[in-house]
Amino acid sequence: MKIVVIGDGKVGFTLTRALSQEGHDLVVIDNQKNALTIAEDRLDVLVMEGNGASASVQKEAGVDTSDLLIAVTSADETNLVCCMVARKLGCKHTIARIRNPEYNEAQYLLRDELGLSMTVNPERIAAREIFGLLQLPSFLRRDAYAKGRAEIVGIPVRTGGKLDGIALVELYKTLKVRVLVCAVKRGSKVIIPDGSFVLKGEDHIYVTAPTGDLLTLVKVMGLDRVKIRSVMIVGGSRIAYYLAQMLSEAGIQVKLLESNMARCETLSAMLPDAMVVNADGTFFPTLLAEGLEETDAMVTLTNLDEMNLVISMYANHLHVPKVVTKINRTEYGEILDDSGAECVISPRQLVCNDILRYVRAMQNRSGAGVVALHRMVDDQVEAMEFRANSESWYCGVPLHDISLKPNVLVAVISHHGNVIVPRGADSFAEGDSVVIVTTTERRFDDLNDIFAEPPQGTKGV
Amino acid sequence: MNYRMIIRLLSVSLRIVAAFMLPALLLSLSNGENASAWAFAITIALMFLLSTITCICKPRKTSLYMREGFVVVAVAWIVLSVPGALPFFFSRCIPSFVDCLFETISGFTTTGASILNDVEALPMGMLYWRSFTHWLGGMGVLVFLLAVSTISGNANDALFIMRAESPGPQVSKLVPRTMQTARLLYTIYIGMTILQTVLMLFGGMSLFDAVTTAFGTAGTGGFGIRNDSLASYSPYIQWVVTIFMALFGVNFGIYYLFLMRSFKRAFRDEELRFYFSVILASILIITLNILPQFDGHPEDAIRHAAFQVVSIITTTGFSTANFDLWPQLCRTLLLLLMIIGACASSTGGGMKCSRVLILLKSLRVENDKLLHPHMVKPVRMDGKPVGEDTLHGVYAFLMAYCVISLASVLLISLDELSFETNLSAVLACLNNIGPGLHLVGPMGNYSMFSDGSKLLLSLDMLIGRLEIFPIFMLLMPHIWKRARDYRA
Repeated sequence: MKIVVIGDGKVGFTLTRALSQEGHDLVVIDNQKNALTIAEDRLDVLVMEGNGASASVQKEAGVDTSDLLIAVTSADETNLVCCMVARKLGCKHTIARIRNPEYNEAQYLLRDELGLSMTVNPERIAAREIFGLLQLPSFLRRDAYAKGRAEIVGIPVRTGGKLDGIALVELYKTLKVRVLVCAVKRGSKVIIPDGSFVLKGEDHIYVTAPTGDLLTLVKVMGLDRVKIRSVMIVGGSRIAYYLAQMLSEAGIQVKLLESNMARCETLSAMLPDAMVVNADGTFFPTLLAEGLEETDAMVTLTNLDEMNLVISMYANHLHVPKVVTKINRTEYGEILDDSGAECVISPRQLVCNDILRYVRAMQNRSGAGVVALHRMVDDQVEAMEFRANSESWYCGVPLHDISLKPNVLVAVISHHGNVIVPRGADSFAEGDSVVIVTTTERRFDDLNDIFAEPPQGTKGV
Repeated sequence: MNYRMIIRLLSVSLRIVAAFMLPALLLSLSNGENASAWAFAITIALMFLLSTITCICKPRKTSLYMREGFVVVAVAWIVLSVPGALPFFFSRCIPSFVDCLFETISGFTTTGASILNDVEALPMGMLYWRSFTHWLGGMGVLVFLLAVSTISGNANDALFIMRAESPGPQVSKLVPRTMQTARLLYTIYIGMTILQTVLMLFGGMSLFDAVTTAFGTAGTGGFGIRNDSLASYSPYIQWVVTIFMALFGVNFGIYYLFLMRSFKRAFRDEELRFYFSVILASILIITLNILPQFDGHPEDAIRHAAFQVVSIITTTGFSTANFDLWPQLCRTLLLLLMIIGACASSTGGGMKCSRVLILLKSLRVENDKLLHPHMVKPVRMDGKPVGEDTLHGVYAFLMAYCVISLASVLLISLDELSFETNLSAVLACLNNIGPGLHLVGPMGNYSMFSDGSKLLLSLDMLIGRLEIFPIFMLLMPHIWKRARDYRA
């Protein structure tokens, strides 16, 4: 597919890299030459200098013949104009980044009026993700599928804990609860395990379960149990605003530290329930004075990755029960594990997943397209949700009779809102949601792609 | 420096060249030229053997960076010239190995300078191979490699190779993917070569002549298969060759614009306009100047003027007339055209029209700035400001170009030939043209130079084809060291 990306910032670059690796032809437009040089040297894409909102630049980039335009410049207004122009030029799908909270309220209205296919708000997505983690702090990450009825959660295996040294086949005997371990991260490697796999301390396991059973899971797995009642946030970014709002609505106490006085005033005007403190959150004595030791959770949201990491390390040092770190540079992946920052959020990565899902759904042939997509473990593993339809193969066939491609796992089947973690005898039917887990070396955009061969009597696609 | 990856790339390019040598082998066999057939067979076998041996070396990391890109291109051009020269040597067609090497480098770099006194004495298989080296060198072996296979895990690493091998001040891709760009370039290239061959066949040329001449034209090379180059062919064929030489000297990006049907943008291209203006003006001047020599045959004068001008500016080097006997104005003008060269991203050599245009424009801007010191005025190409880094690149290129020309002239003056011969020989080699003036004129050749001068001129050809810097890189000691040593 031909895709034009306008705006080569952090999100733009991550997006361009991911889409280019998926095999699409990318043209990147930006008015900053320096940013483009990096993209040109590092990625196999075409770059163009210019204002992406201008019709002539868009024409030169071939927007009129492109399948998709993604506007992710720093200004919401520019993004909107880009998409409007592209639509007039004949580009069928447009995605804009809109992150101003004021526009956000009216985003559904805007979407219809401007003919946008999709709007993304990285900060809001990130805030929701953090909020989810704070609700169930035992998990390192939570990804929702089947309209929120099923989740894949990340769980740390503690050395000497209940899970250490247990083979996956014995897991049911130990826990008395049916769970499916769909991926294991050991060091920087990732494994899609089989039954004989033995868990070790320091592993991170990714487990599928119905959302309703998550609390039981915490109990039986012997995970640390805390209920978050107060949260301290460092850095008054947009994410902080969205997060504070969500937390306040859920009745959780929020203390927000921001060093810029003007920003503090704006925030406190918008967030009547949160306590906004004008203080430098990077200064440890201040953190202590504001009660870091008593707080249940710490979220670091400053603009500097390094600063976030250092504050998180300090919070871990003080044994704050839950620490969430915002990191923009996903390249830091390997050293993050060493630093002890287990729970990491990357806004641009989250946005990237959403857009990848949209693009794959566009490419889908049979209509059984990708409904949800999440990438885990430094983008090495991918979980995708498909909706089975009349075109799908093997409907009603027990899973142990189907041969799947290697490294593919059926993780969840949701049948009329009834979520099951499938075993060999289970099958999916038309209309069911099917979540599969696989490594990112391959790319699926249709449910039928996961099978090793078409069923007998069907022609291969 | 990722040596293993460089070796692997070289190994694959060896196999490509070996595969391309097969038609020459078959041709020799079908013509009963046993000596040539053996020479080709042995060379091909050697190349496959070497390629298989080096293939064992598996790169641990497949990533390439800018410096690997430069090094692999420069090394590949030097290394591939040796097996390319072996058939001439094994078949005893050219007895001296230095001569074989000169001839092959001249072929690959699309120069067309020859040391052969009697071209027609070569067997057909050798003539075919000699012309084919032009075709392969025109667009580049490594660009071909990029078109047919993925070389590394990171698809973008290919861009570094493409940048190093393709000519022009700013190498840009036509389409988002490097592989697709390389394919597109080769598709246009092959398509135009076939078209020219067909048109020449209509003019009554034999298939062998048409194919070899098309190879020479497409690569803007200039190896003819007759001693008088193209003089003895019909005017129709000479016109066809003239037009195609001019077309192969055009930036291939323009053809992509044609394919995309954006004719307006194509015709508005400043480099294209400059290129054709220079050609037309030169043809006019030379026609008027040589008219007295062609008393009563003005159409001959126009044809010969056009052919020589186009042949020289595109750095092809075919000839239909001995322009060394023309008036001094014509000879000097042709010498200047050698330096200008063809368009960027074409198969031609020389300084490239876009660089000359940028230099002329920046001269004007600098001049204006003397009068108005605070004036802010960028150098523009196609209405867009040219970046500082591009400008500096062009200045550095000009400087390096002058230094190399003068140093080469100085060194080959040891051979005690006339200054005119030396200067034009260096310019003709550095700009990948072939024929120069006086002793190396269209009816002469390079056989009277000493072996040392021949090697130096061969180096000049490589420097010219790869646009100086990749070869320069090889001479930098730190490029061969590990990053750790460089820091210390």
